[in-house]
Amino acid sequence: MQKLISWIDERLPVVEAFEKHMSKYYAPKNFNFLYFFGVLSFVVLANQLLTGIWLTMSYNPSAESAFASIEYIMRDVEYGWLLRYLHSTGASAFFVVVYMHMFRGLLYGSYQKPRELVWIFGMTIYLALMAEAFMGYLLPWGQMSYWGAQVIVNLFGAIPYIGEGLALWIRGDYLISGITLNRFFALHVVALPIVILALVVLHVLALHEVGSNNPDGIDIKKNKDENGIPKDGVPFHPFYTVHDLVGIVVFLFVFCAVVFFFPEMGGYFLEKPNFEPANPLKTPDHIAPVWYFTPFYAILRAVPDAFLGVVAMGAAIAVLFVLPWLDRSPVRSMRYKGSLSKIALVLFIISFCILGYLGVVIATPARTLLAQVLTVIYFAYFILMPWYTSIEKTKPVPERVTMK
Amino acid sequence: MMRIIAALLFAMSINGAFAAGGPSVPLDYIDTDIRDQESMQRGMALFSNYCFGCHSLEYSRYERAANDLGIPNEIFAENLLEGEAKIGELMTISMAKDQAKVWFGNPPPDLTLIARLRGEDWLYSYLRGFYADPKRPYGVNNVVFKDVGMPHVLADLQGLCAEAPELGVEPEVDPLSGNIVKSSGCTTYQTEGSLSAEEYDEAIYDLVNFLDYVGEPSRVESERLGLYVLLFLAFLFVFVYFLNKEYWRDIH
Repeated sequence: MQKLISWIDERLPVVEAFEKHMSKYYAPKNFNFLYFFGVLSFVVLANQLLTGIWLTMSYNPSAESAFASIEYIMRDVEYGWLLRYLHSTGASAFFVVVYMHMFRGLLYGSYQKPRELVWIFGMTIYLALMAEAFMGYLLPWGQMSYWGAQVIVNLFGAIPYIGEGLALWIRGDYLISGITLNRFFALHVVALPIVILALVVLHVLALHEVGSNNPDGIDIKKNKDENGIPKDGVPFHPFYTVHDLVGIVVFLFVFCAVVFFFPEMGGYFLEKPNFEPANPLKTPDHIAPVWYFTPFYAILRAVPDAFLGVVAMGAAIAVLFVLPWLDRSPVRSMRYKGSLSKIALVLFIISFCILGYLGVVIATPARTLLAQVLTVIYFAYFILMPWYTSIEKTKPVPERVTMK
Repeated sequence: MMRIIAALLFAMSINGAFAAGGPSVPLDYIDTDIRDQESMQRGMALFSNYCFGCHSLEYSRYERAANDLGIPNEIFAENLLEGEAKIGELMTISMAKDQAKVWFGNPPPDLTLIARLRGEDWLYSYLRGFYADPKRPYGVNNVVFKDVGMPHVLADLQGLCAEAPELGVEPEVDPLSGNIVKSSGCTTYQTEGSLSAEEYDEAIYDLVNFLDYVGEPSRVESERLGLYVLLFLAFLFVFVYFLNKEYWRDIH
């Protein structure tokens, strides 16, 4: 075994790579449970890729037989139901873990210098993931697949001058059709997974270059022992591999409970209208995107003008990219920031969640007003950040990490 | 503080997820049991006799249903197989969709996934919600599905309800006499059917039970397997928990 490894290592630096990224990658020893969500997104990504490959073997991407092929997978393919539920639940689970992962970043200032690129790669993954999820949702060719795609693609039509042509170019037809289904299939199973995998590699490489942040938001590389090893760091392998195993098992328990016992999740992971084949002549009573898009959908609907609504929705995502340059605080972690930052984050999270709820339900005048107020809060969190992070009084940061 | 935010985040996402939607008419509640093979067998027999002429189950195969319902294939072939159909085939019908559109306004929908689309409560209420309405082409209307194109196929079993039945009401019993003063469903009949009100409700229970099964035939297997998976993960947790504890013993 040792001979084989050295034979390979002379030709490819596998030992060096393992040491750099695992056994000699020193991670702060004070990670809490919020640090599980990075590795959990790896677990979900692997699940999506593997189940996706097997689903592709039986799925038929044509308007005539896509819906029937899903039911064929559910009924006639051995364990097809399991593959499909793992994939459909995995899509929602991906957004759960990614939202928690992003929340962790906001809480401990993980986007701040020198981790700006880590954050930007992460945000790009999020963007690619939204495209991947959106295109994947068309593939079952149910009513909600069809009309959801219709609504979202039509949004591009609101852009002045080029809008109509752009929407037509995306659809490849004057309305969502089998042509759209085929191209979304190609993008969903080939193009976007490659993009996502490449971005994940960049995200991790950029992270390992600067090192992981931690709940105290302090730099562990400032305190090194005589061997140049951070005093507050532990080798990722084996310490965090065994640590992450605990998180992975707990996550899998919850995930499998959903997969095996309530894969529809009350109509929010699999929407009820999607059990009816797509019908271009019959609009459903109420078109709602899947839960992970609803905060942005609520922002879109909150703005009275169609084009400005699209701009607001785009801006709500785009503003996250420049976050590293909005935060002027001398400290990273919320533990040592002032109360203005804490209030701002709490308000932001609350508004994001309520917007998510409002995006699911039918709009009424009162709800639209609430959505408008929450949209203002959402943007205020970012726009006012340079102000409130620079005027507030921060707490002194400890020299060494604290174990809680 | 971090914990409070995390808890809040979870609580709100769950609240949001379960608060939305809901039918506009009150429905009767049904507690289906897809492990009750006898009920589903009766339901499938009812389906074959009354529904299958117009409604297909085109994603489901005869053989799968026979096996899952515990009906031996020979008995199934003799009694429940339609015409020339082979037991491995999909449960399709011969009615042409364009002709059906002329007869009913819309072709009768395939019912394989109807329980997942509409919900069991809706089906249970819909099938007990027909009443006489001379303004409609087939002389019947439905409280759950207003101006439905479907005739009351089960009228010779239920009878025809004279006025719109009230559904989703709590049954009330007179405490002195013990008589039921108010209950969900039809109270006065224009024509009598061959079944009593209770028998009809039971027949519909069986039918909805069968449709619930057909919507997701993997449910029983999923829950059986899921139990083992969760037990395995719980068992594995003990090991990884102590493994982690052992490694981290000296890190302070």
